[in-house]
Amino acid sequence: MIETVGLCVDYGAGDVLTDVDLTVTKGDLLGIVGPSGSGKSTLLKALLGSVDARLGTVTRRDGLSVGLVPQVEQIDWSFPVTVAECVGMARARGWRTPWITKAERVEIDDVLDRLGLKGLGKRHIRDLSGGQQQRVFLARALFTDAEVIFLDEPTSGLDVRTRHEVLHLLDELNQQGLTIVLTTHDLNGIAAHLPRIVCLNTRVIGVGSPEEVLVPEVLEQTYGSPMHILEHGGMRVVVDSPLQLVEDQGA
Amino acid sequence: MLAAASGSATGMLGVDLLRPFEFEFFRNGVFVATLAGALCGVVGCYVVLRNMSYIGHGLSHAIFGGYAVAGLIGINLFLGAGAWGVLTALTIGAIVRRRPIGSDAAIGVVTTSAFAFGLAVIQIYGSPGRNADALLFGNVLGVTWADVWLIVGVSIGALAFIFVAYRQLLFTTFDAEVARATGVRTTLIDGLLMVLLSATVLATMNVMGVTLIAANLVVPAVVARMLTDSFARMLLYAGVIGAVSGFVGMNASYHLDVASGPTIVLTAAVFFILAFVAGGSFRRRAGVVGHAH
Repeated sequence: MIETVGLCVDYGAGDVLTDVDLTVTKGDLLGIVGPSGSGKSTLLKALLGSVDARLGTVTRRDGLSVGLVPQVEQIDWSFPVTVAECVGMARARGWRTPWITKAERVEIDDVLDRLGLKGLGKRHIRDLSGGQQQRVFLARALFTDAEVIFLDEPTSGLDVRTRHEVLHLLDELNQQGLTIVLTTHDLNGIAAHLPRIVCLNTRVIGVGSPEEVLVPEVLEQTYGSPMHILEHGGMRVVVDSPLQLVEDQGA
Repeated sequence: MLAAASGSATGMLGVDLLRPFEFEFFRNGVFVATLAGALCGVVGCYVVLRNMSYIGHGLSHAIFGGYAVAGLIGINLFLGAGAWGVLTALTIGAIVRRRPIGSDAAIGVVTTSAFAFGLAVIQIYGSPGRNADALLFGNVLGVTWADVWLIVGVSIGALAFIFVAYRQLLFTTFDAEVARATGVRTTLIDGLLMVLLSATVLATMNVMGVTLIAANLVVPAVVARMLTDSFARMLLYAGVIGAVSGFVGMNASYHLDVASGPTIVLTAAVFFILAFVAGGSFRRRAGVVGHAH
């Protein structure tokens, strides 16, 4: 669906992304992980086509429809918009009536129902819980009939229970055939549960399943500090080693 | 006897209030002020929600400069001032997109420079037409048939644009990056909105005066925002509040013998105070204490 080859992006002060080769295929549930400033959000934008490549190419299948769920921190929560208005604005391309048509109202109710937001259409987006707010923006992306949905830090600022809810929902949507690409800094809570992960630190350090990339060598190259993997109840748990880092710096 | 006196007083008051409508200039003035209020109220919603409240103030000053320059080079004053305003607005948009400075700073630099250029031209070559006081503070006597047709044309254009591009405008105003990513032509929408804003400022300049147009753009939209959490209702309320402020303010202007700009703005300010007080008591009753993110 989307392929980058030798992708380099810079914002005028050195490359934010260097020589990135990545393929997003239909049915992917792909997580991009890396430290702050590693280029996760830039890679997401490059895949979306909203930043230009300095070198290399980004190829998207013709007519590919995409949706984006922004970080909750980027939302203007004081903006006067109800849940239904927020979802309805997504169908903005081409000629549309200003008002939401009856047929669209049924579709919006369906998508809200599907995401557990039934009956909340007239609420202001601020008057929802953190998980509900995240789902409203997911509903907006789904309402565009997107084939690929991009989520920028979808669990940022959410509590553990809500994080699980969002993760389960994404898994369910992926099972229904939706391709999903997300960024996350949460290795144990999110990345370890995804089928495919990209470890990024300006360049791609590793791509594969959690078993393949959540290993000390890849993580140390990605995060620049020693990290260990523990097995707990059949799950891989990433543990960083701040004391080891201090010792290394001291030496 | 008392009842008869009271009825007579009421009748006198009614006659007094209706008397200015005998004059064509006043009927035109009220019509333009009411329509200008509605137009500014609706367009102002986009201005306020984009955190560009200062742009109305800046653009009106820039257009004042364009007015002077148009007079100097001998082209139609409206056309010249309008083109100057559009150019100023597009320049602001281009600077904000290409350089890491905020829109408020870009507005400050571009519009004051355009205004200063116009002032310098007037100082050197003299005022091109209407007296400067009327342009600065608004004047009911200054409303001509050309003003009436201009405001009607701009209002029809604004309604048509908002009707056709309602969702693109809403999406771009709320979340430009996501709108762009999902295929909305945000640069085109932003550019057209700037053209509409310039036309609105130009069309309302004679009634409001360049110094007070910003209030007409901002106050009704802010009052409407305090009354509703729905975007569609905000547009509607802002239009009605702007229209009522224009109508009442223009009448007050005649009876108090004060320039029309200040009376219209003060009327809108009364709406703001009422909405502020009513909103506070409503929130206390509803137990709303704010929302943290």
